Amino acid sequence: MIVDSYRFLPRTFRPLYEGRGPFPGEEDPVWTPFEKRLSESRIALLTSAGIYLKRSQPPFDLDGERARPDWGDPSWRSIPAVAEKGELGVGHLHINGADILADPEIALPTRLLEQLAGEGVVGGAVANHVSVMGFQERALSDWRQTTAPAIVAHLREQGADALVLAPA
Amino acid sequence: MPVLARWIEAAGIPTVVVTMMPSVAEERRAARIVGVEFPFGHAFGMPNDRVMQRRVLELALRVLAGASVFGTRVDLDVEWPVPLREAYRAWQPKEPSPIVKKMLEARATS
Repeated sequence: MIVDSYRFLPRTFRPLYEGRGPFPGEEDPVWTPFEKRLSESRIALLTSAGIYLKRSQPPFDLDGERARPDWGDPSWRSIPAVAEKGELGVGHLHINGADILADPEIALPTRLLEQLAGEGVVGGAVANHVSVMGFQERALSDWRQTTAPAIVAHLREQGADALVLAPA
Repeated sequence: MPVLARWIEAAGIPTVVVTMMPSVAEERRAARIVGVEFPFGHAFGMPNDRVMQRRVLELALRVLAGASVFGTRVDLDVEWPVPLREAYRAWQPKEPSPIVKKMLEARATS
């Protein structure tokens, strides 16, 4: 079965995504072998749904995006695995966040990952997962220069052996 | 997102991208890809459907740990249980995003 990548996308948006090829300078393969057993590996999750902690973190800057429609907030948030549903907000102007607020597991399945760790499928889960807001200016300069290195440092500090990323 | 995955992979952390646009992730040269034919905002499936969510995450972990070549893509054979027209409307924001609004305005004035 081959997934139709455009099934849920409005037809007029399709040319924005299709046939654009690699990102400039990102043509070559990148590959880090997964060397350990999964059952001995600590896994991290990353969502681009714009999830943040309502009480202790600033929301993603949606007013900035409204003022500059080609720009998206390039910052990131550390989301504790133990965060409760009611503590989470969704800051993302390109999706309806209602289902994520109702069940954050559809974007950041922290509970499920803990369960798989408990069953021994994976060795463990990091204590703090990662959230970004997926709509970004086309050149991705801030993501490249600031956000990606910060996320890598965070993942190392969390002892992550590998990362599952899920775009919103 | 596939580009962010590449930068993290290049820094020495293996990655898998779970995405509703796997052909785009392939074009952007992501290392490992799991395709899901789900609406945007629902990478791991239906709210409160733990069985579906588990199928997605387990497949992602299998591809993450088991893929032996760059660009491995595996698509999940699960149909979205909501009729297309309804699901298509449901995932979209209540009002168009700023960039879409700008595109629509540009089209209206051209």
